[in-house]
Amino acid sequence: MGFDKFGVKSFVSESKAGEFVTFLERGKVMTTRCKKCQRITFPPKMDCGRCGLSDMEWVEIKGTGELETFTTVMFGPAGFEKETPYTLAVVKFPAGIRIFGQMDKKIPIDEMRVGMGLKVVALKISQDRFSYQFERA
Amino acid sequence: MKDYFHLLGRTDRMEKDVAIVGAGQSPFLRRCGVSIGELCFWAFQEAMEGIHLKKEEIGASVVCSATEYDKQRSPAGVISEYLHLKGKPTFCVESLCSSSSSGLRAAYSLIKAGLHDVVTVIGFQKMSELTSAEAAERMGRSGDVMWESPFGMTMPAAFAMFARAHMADYGTTEEQLAKVRVKNSIYGVLNDKAVFRKKVALEEVMNSQTVVSPLKVLDCCANADGAVVLILANRNIAKRITNKPIWIHGLGASSSSATLSGRQTYSSIACAREAAKIAYEIAGVGPEDIDVAEVHDCFTITEIINYEDLGFAKPGEGVRLLEDKETYLGGKIPVNLDGGLLCKGHPIGATGGGQIRTIVKQLRGECGETQVANARIGLVHNLGGPGVYCFVTILGRD
Repeated sequence: MGFDKFGVKSFVSESKAGEFVTFLERGKVMTTRCKKCQRITFPPKMDCGRCGLSDMEWVEIKGTGELETFTTVMFGPAGFEKETPYTLAVVKFPAGIRIFGQMDKKIPIDEMRVGMGLKVVALKISQDRFSYQFERA
Repeated sequence: MKDYFHLLGRTDRMEKDVAIVGAGQSPFLRRCGVSIGELCFWAFQEAMEGIHLKKEEIGASVVCSATEYDKQRSPAGVISEYLHLKGKPTFCVESLCSSSSSGLRAAYSLIKAGLHDVVTVIGFQKMSELTSAEAAERMGRSGDVMWESPFGMTMPAAFAMFARAHMADYGTTEEQLAKVRVKNSIYGVLNDKAVFRKKVALEEVMNSQTVVSPLKVLDCCANADGAVVLILANRNIAKRITNKPIWIHGLGASSSSATLSGRQTYSSIACAREAAKIAYEIAGVGPEDIDVAEVHDCFTITEIINYEDLGFAKPGEGVRLLEDKETYLGGKIPVNLDGGLLCKGHPIGATGGGQIRTIVKQLRGECGETQVANARIGLVHNLGGPGVYCFVTILGRD
């Protein structure tokens, strides 16, 4: 539950990982770790495909990641017409996970470089919509 | 790999089990102006041309479509009825842009398993059935709808991110990407079934509008309407049906993480490397043995990455292969001599079948001005989505 509050436009309302959005509301970007194999994944999952178990714990994503790749979208899909241009990115974090998301619009596009240091920060889009974005480390 | 030989029942790697005996294509058009049944009939007529096969001998049909684009729910029934494949089993397969390569794999299996002697693969898409608003809505569901779509992910954006990664890893430039379009446009001019039949200069690509940086309009293929029909037959009757059967030598298939955050690299597509490895292994050939290839150039960057994933070039050396004109007609490994998706257009469910038809025609020696002299072994590389699925098919004349 609660997943319908995620992002600019959400398509999924129900997930066992709905707590992810509750954490965003509290200003934290969290993901899950399997208590058995200790593997951290992103996106968070309440089931471990490797172990076949559903014994997970939430961990906060901290530290500085590295921008792996990005693109600036000039023509958005339905619901994103007013958002353009926006920059989508993948950032690799020290925990060994990669996160897909949007870049902070305050970072000038011509200053974005593969390899630059970024952190992932919870974002309140509006009164009842929550997300995260990549900001300068 | 041993598992695969066992599954395919092969004792001799080049054993002739299943052949493509017919291959037809409708024109690929921005707007076809006909129904989906009529579109498929166009391709079916060409596939049946000049072969000794009664329609009643076709034991089953595999219809291939990315059905999110169809108004018709469950298109297999309607299309098989329109083609008069009465009373025969039919079903639909989907793997986005690689749907008809999935169809080929299913048809091969039906024949190999002994359920049918002749099976037809019907790939189609009528993308003009969607309004702009409907297309924009579907575009918004291109990525993982839970974790990517809420950020405004689109299909071109994924490949643009692959382009940026390739640039960072290997120093690839926008101008080098543009050279893919320039090459493919030379051959697109000669393909009377292609959407774009115009030679494109490097400056035109460079000056076209940016869609998703660093990709511009002319770095991207266009949606299209189109249908392709392939007819497959088992070894015992293939030669009776046609004097030019084209044999399936290798079928490789794999999948990658659908969510981009699950990938290990963005300058290569893991499932393509795996599918190629399997296809080469089953066929008992290597990249150096391929005489002519069709690779999935949904964007210019994709063709460069495909060269590297298929082993035509080492990682980072795909651009050089293109700049040395080795993928042109007359080069070491000619690629996309029908203009590729960039010029033909990309009717999702028909795309893979269209690539296969081109290689079938090359191996039959029917390609006129774009014919590779004495082509014996051809390869088809077909991606689904942003490299979520990949199918590599190796075909042979002998």
